[in-house]
Amino acid sequence: MAMKAIDPQYTADSKYALEVRNVDIYYSAFRAVKNCSFGMERNKITALIGPSGCGKSTVLRSLNRMNDLIAGARTEGEVLYRGQNLYDPDIDAVQVRRSIGMVFQKANPFPKSIYDNIAYGPRVNGWKGSKAEMDELVERALRGAVLWDEVKDDLKKSGLAISGGQQQRLCIARALAVEPEVILMDEPCSALDPISTLKIEELMFELRQRYSIVIVTHNMQQAARASDNTVFFLMDKEDRAGQIVEYGPTEQIFQSPKDERTEQYISGRFG
Amino acid sequence: MADQIRVNSDPRAALAGASVKQIDLRKRPRIGETIIQTILYACGFISIFTTIGIVYVLGQESLRFFASDEVSLVEFFTNTVWQPVIGEFGILPLVNSTMMVTIIALLVAIPLGLAMAIYMAEYASERVRAFLKPVIELLAGIPTVVYGFFALTFVTPWLREIFGRDVVQIYNVMSAGLVVGILITPIIATLSEDALSAVPSGLRQASLGLGATKWETAIRVVVPAAFSGIVAASIVAMSRAIGETMVVALAAGASPQFTFNPFLPAETMTGHIARISGGDLSYQTIDYNSIFAIGLVLFFMTLTLNIVSRMIVRRFREVYE
Ligand SMILES: Nc1ncnc2c1ncn2[C@@H]1O[C@H](COP(=O)(O)OP(=O)(O)O)[C@@H](O)[C@H]1O
Ligand SMILES: [Mg+2]
Repeated sequence: MAMKAIDPQYTADSKYALEVRNVDIYYSAFRAVKNCSFGMERNKITALIGPSGCGKSTVLRSLNRMNDLIAGARTEGEVLYRGQNLYDPDIDAVQVRRSIGMVFQKANPFPKSIYDNIAYGPRVNGWKGSKAEMDELVERALRGAVLWDEVKDDLKKSGLAISGGQQQRLCIARALAVEPEVILMDEPCSALDPISTLKIEELMFELRQRYSIVIVTHNMQQAARASDNTVFFLMDKEDRAGQIVEYGPTEQIFQSPKDERTEQYISGRFG
Repeated sequence: MADQIRVNSDPRAALAGASVKQIDLRKRPRIGETIIQTILYACGFISIFTTIGIVYVLGQESLRFFASDEVSLVEFFTNTVWQPVIGEFGILPLVNSTMMVTIIALLVAIPLGLAMAIYMAEYASERVRAFLKPVIELLAGIPTVVYGFFALTFVTPWLREIFGRDVVQIYNVMSAGLVVGILITPIIATLSEDALSAVPSGLRQASLGLGATKWETAIRVVVPAAFSGIVAASIVAMSRAIGETMVVALAAGASPQFTFNPFLPAETMTGHIARISGGDLSYQTIDYNSIFAIGLVLFFMTLTLNIVSRMIVRRFREVYE
C-alpha cells in the first residue's frame, strides 16, 4: 500500500480547508455530479443544500474518499487539502479519513460500550498512551460533543442503549477523538427530534472554533440558522447530473440569491 | 372480486351522497385455505412426532440395557474400557475419541471457515461471491463416504510420511479429525458469512470513516458484531462433527480404546454404532441394547449443543434492540 502521510507542517495560505476543483463523479457510466468547484473555508460551517438526488451526499463522500468504497464509483478532478490533491495516485485513502472525519445520516455507534466507541478511532490509529491518558481523551471527546454530563456515570453502557440524539452526539464525539481537521456531516439531524437537532446545531457552532465543518442538509431552516456558507445544488434536467447553481455566504444565498432557481428553492417552490 | 362490488353509476345519486356502492362484506367459507392450513399444521407436527418416536425407542432399549445385571449407570459413565465381549461397558473411550475427532475438526474448520466467510463478506466482489458461495455449498453436498476414502487414501499416507510410519497408525483419529474438519468447514463458512453480511453496513462505514483499514474493520467491528452468529455456526458444525459417522468409521479404525494420542486408532460413538448395527447382532442381546444407550447419550449431547446455540442466538438479538 502506497503511503503518503499528509504533511503536518503545511501552513495554510489558502483560506480553504478543502477545495473542490472541476470535480465530476461517476457511478459506473452514470455521471452523478458534474463541474463542481467550490471552497470550504477554515473554521466555518459550509452547508450543501438542494433537492434529494442532486448529488450532495456524493460530493460529501468524495471529500474524504468514502466513495472509494462503492464499487464503480469514480471521481475526476481535484479535491485539495493542505495543498495536495486527495485523488493523486500516491495518496492513501485510509490516511485521508484520519484527517477528514465523517458523521453519518443514521447514527451508527458500534455495539460496544460508550467508552470503547470513543477509544476505537485512536486505537486503530496506533494509540500508544496509558489508560489514564485514554480516559482523559474519552472525556475530552465527550465534552467536545456536549455529551459528557449525560453519560459520565455509565461509560460502560452500550452505545446502542442511549437515545437517538445522544447516539448521534456519541458519533460526533467518536469522530472528534481522532482529532480530525475537517468534519463532514451527512444530514446528521434528519432522524432526530427538534430538541436534539437544536443541540447538535449548537454543538456545531462550538466545534467551528477548532474544526472546519461541511454539512449536508435538506432542511432549509437548518442551513439558514446553522451555516456560514451555502452551496446550492440542482440536478440538470437533461443528463440528470447534479451541479452547483450558486454558492456564497449563507446570508446572501438566503436573502438575495442571484439565481432565480435558488430563490424558488429556498422559498419552497420546488424541490 | 370486482363483480361483488356494484357501483351505482347514476351521478345524481353520488351527488346526493346516498349509498352509491353495495359491497358484500359477509363472511364466506374458504375451503381450500382451511385444507392447506391443516396440511401445513400436520407437517409441523410430523417433526415433533419423529423426535418423540426416536427418544422413545432409544429410551426403551436403553432401559433394557441398564436394567440388566451386567452394567450399572455409574459403571457406564466411568469405566474406561468398552469390551462387550468380556462384559465391559464403559462409554468413556467412545466419548473420548468422539471429542478428539470433534476438537481436531473444529481446530481446522473454525479458522478456515471464518477466513472464507470474512473473505466472502468483506473482500470479495459481488461476482466472486456469487460464484464462490454455491461452490462452497456444493462441497457440503459431497457424500461423506468420499471424504472417508479421501482420509484413508490421501491424508493418512501423508501423515505417515510426515510423522513416521511407526508413529502414525494406518487407522488413526488425526486423519479422521482433519477430514471431518474439511467436511464441516462449509457449514461454518456459509453460516458465518450470513452473520457477517447481516452486520449493518453503517458500522463498516463508521469504522472506515475513522481511518481504520478494511482488515481492522473486519476484525474489530464486523466479527465482534457477528460474534454470536459465528458461535452459533460453530456449534452447528460441532454437532455435525459429533454425529459424523462414515469418515470416522473408515479412517479412525474399529478398536474402542481410551487414549489421547491422535495417531492411534480409536472408535467414536457413531463409528461403533455403525459397526455393531452393521454386523449380525441378534436382537435383545446386551450388545444390541448397548448401542441404543450410546445413541441416547449422543442424542443428549447434540440436543444440549442445540439448546446452547439457541440461547446464544437469542442473546445476540437482545444486544441489537
Ligand atoms: N451507491 C450508488 N450507486 C449508484 N448510484 C448512486 C449511488 N449513490 C447515489 N447514487 C446516485 O447518484 C445521484 C446522487 O445521489 P446522492 O448523492 O445520494 O444525492 P443526495 O444526497 O443529494 O440526495 C442519484 O441519482 C443517486 O441515484
Ligand atoms: Mg443524501
